[in-house]
Amino acid sequence: MIYSLSLLLILVGLYGVIVSRNTLKIVISLVIMEHGVHLLLILVGYRAGGQPPIVDPETAMAVFAGQAVDPLPQALVLTSIVIGLGVLALLVALCVRLYERYGTFDVTEIRRLRG
Amino acid sequence: MKADRHTEGMGIIVKTVARWLKGFILLYGIYLVLYGHITPGGGFAGGVVISCAFILLTLAGGENHGLRFFPKTASSTLDSMGLLLFLAIAWLGTWWLGGAFFKNVISTPEQAYFTLFSGGTIPLSNIGLGLKVASSLFLVFTVLAAFRLAMDAADKDEDEP
Amino acid sequence: MTMIILFIALPLTMAVVIQVLAHQRPVLSDWLTNATLLTLAIISFYSVGRYGLYHIGGWTTPIGIDLRLDPLSSLLLIVINVVSLAAGLYSVEYMRSYTSKTHFYGLFLLLVTGMNGVVLAGDLFNLYVFLEIAAIASYALVAFGCAHEELEASFKYAVLGTVSSTFILIGITFVYAVTGTLNMAQIAARISDIGMTPPLVLAFGLFICGFSLKAALVPFHAWLPDAHPSAPAPVSAMLSGVLIKAIGIYVLARLIFNVFGVGQGELAVLRWLGVISMVAGALLAAGQTDIKRLFAYSSISQVGYIALGLGLGTPLGLVGALYHLANHAVFKSLLFLNAGAVEQATGTRDLDKLGGLNRTLPVTGATSLIGSMSIAGIPPFNGFWSKLIIILAAVEAGFMGFATVAVAISIVTLVYQLKVQRHAFFAAPKDLLTTWRQEPRLMSLAMVVLAFGCIALSFLVVTGLRTPFLINAAQETLMRGVFGL
Repeated sequence: MIYSLSLLLILVGLYGVIVSRNTLKIVISLVIMEHGVHLLLILVGYRAGGQPPIVDPETAMAVFAGQAVDPLPQALVLTSIVIGLGVLALLVALCVRLYERYGTFDVTEIRRLRG
Repeated sequence: MKADRHTEGMGIIVKTVARWLKGFILLYGIYLVLYGHITPGGGFAGGVVISCAFILLTLAGGENHGLRFFPKTASSTLDSMGLLLFLAIAWLGTWWLGGAFFKNVISTPEQAYFTLFSGGTIPLSNIGLGLKVASSLFLVFTVLAAFRLAMDAADKDEDEP
Repeated sequence: MTMIILFIALPLTMAVVIQVLAHQRPVLSDWLTNATLLTLAIISFYSVGRYGLYHIGGWTTPIGIDLRLDPLSSLLLIVINVVSLAAGLYSVEYMRSYTSKTHFYGLFLLLVTGMNGVVLAGDLFNLYVFLEIAAIASYALVAFGCAHEELEASFKYAVLGTVSSTFILIGITFVYAVTGTLNMAQIAARISDIGMTPPLVLAFGLFICGFSLKAALVPFHAWLPDAHPSAPAPVSAMLSGVLIKAIGIYVLARLIFNVFGVGQGELAVLRWLGVISMVAGALLAAGQTDIKRLFAYSSISQVGYIALGLGLGTPLGLVGALYHLANHAVFKSLLFLNAGAVEQATGTRDLDKLGGLNRTLPVTGATSLIGSMSIAGIPPFNGFWSKLIIILAAVEAGFMGFATVAVAISIVTLVYQLKVQRHAFFAAPKDLLTTWRQEPRLMSLAMVVLAFGCIALSFLVVTGLRTPFLINAAQETLMRGVFGL
């Protein structure tokens, strides 16, 4: 059930990218889409009744490995969040520069290149 | 209207509270960076929190308020230095005997797990990353804020006859 | 084998070092960048026979990150680094009219790092990270001049590229959920055990959507005709020459042949994408008047040839596809560098306004003639051999219709290339404001290097050199099947 909710979030983001007319709303929809993917990725590593994957000095490694949720998707999500941040910074800078040049945030008016 | 130190940005209460809070936020960010190999956190999360301290100053007091504590040249240099530190540690692994890129060359004996000085090169890499991320995010925020202020000033000049 | 890491570590380190050292002295950044690119090109030739795995950090395979150098990676590394060297030499003088050359070189070296990393990656997530490094660097490079069209093109490219990267990440999620590992060799072993279950089919579909957008196959090509003309010329050469192939076609080939296992459905998808791109690209190119936009549509068409060759699945088809990949990288970047020289000399890219440039730009005219004859498939240049091999492979595999379409599109390619040659170079000189007496020296050197590359590649298939470069890549890497079997 929760997997389908994260897929729904991805689809909502994709809908936003396709339909939005404001460049900043396109960027926000992209961020929502990425959040959905990150949620999906973390959920893949879930184990019912699991512990956070942080090692204590007291717990033996074998017991820990049987109890903890999978830390690999969490590492992937951290990397992906950083990548998303880089893309977001670039896109927002592009939006600001586009406003400076074209005077509008409306994507349907920023259409000098065609054919 | 000349931008004055006391009239720019938000009110005096916000600026005072921001000035008091920046130390605590910085401390929390440094804790996240340094203890990244024991508790969740690490270079990236700690770097984001450190940059939040300076971004809070910029939000509260205007662009110059934030830049007074962390000038653009310093953040540019720290940016490159953080990444160079990270890469230097990575390259160090290749010249150790039988080493590979990113090899952990300063690992300690087993009893020292879970303390601050365990983990070998990981805390050093975290520090490099933390510096880089903090300065990068602060620079991005300042430059985008400067755009907005420049556009506002241009609009204001157009409005006044 | 320690040199495998140099392909990634060296440009990454130099990108940062150049920022620190060369802010006050821009000429130092020229020297450092080109020295780095030259070193990378030399190492890429040196690495041809020396294949193997490299474990980063000393951690062994299931735990650590692997870098894998095999014949296919080696071929792509040579292509990437030689074209980057030519573009780097060219940009020393071309980028004088832009601001902040040090930032340009930093982004350029990051682009090279990303592409080298994608080609060398041994596991799926590292592939994704390096893909994003290359993609973000390319979004910034397309917008480098901050003129109107550059920003619009870069925004469109960045949004579409981010959507495709998100699809790729969802695909990686499904593959991880089913197989439990990210290492490509282990994924291949698991998939050959369990077969293509529905989640894996969905993941494969998402990979096709994502990587076809990176490779600019129709119908995922909408960003390319805006992004490639608007970028500065050396960036266009890199994007059109190597980026769409290194992060698009190469990854598709790796995934289909080495990870997922060859199946007739997957190959059919690739074949049809290839043919549609071939036709659409060529027909749309024939009607253009802007030289760089024409070359951009032509890139879509030629990548369609490569996809068709890969989709045939036979050894001859694979050899043809890889040969066409190398050829297209060299002659398309040459054509884009020529277009850049024309634009800087005359100030316009419009074919209706240009004319008689053979007299004022002799080096550009000569190299552009070689490039045009190569891409049009005129013997004895390299384009002829690679297209011939692809057409013969299509006939041998029984796809007569595709072979006929390929021959017809080759004629259309000849038509529009002759149009460019006639209008821009051979026609009577128009009243153009040319301030150059001859092209600047390093730009000429870069174009001559690529022209020599074209001629050298045309000898590749008839001499014994084809074995280490092409046939090993096709036979041992792709035809061998999934990793570890």
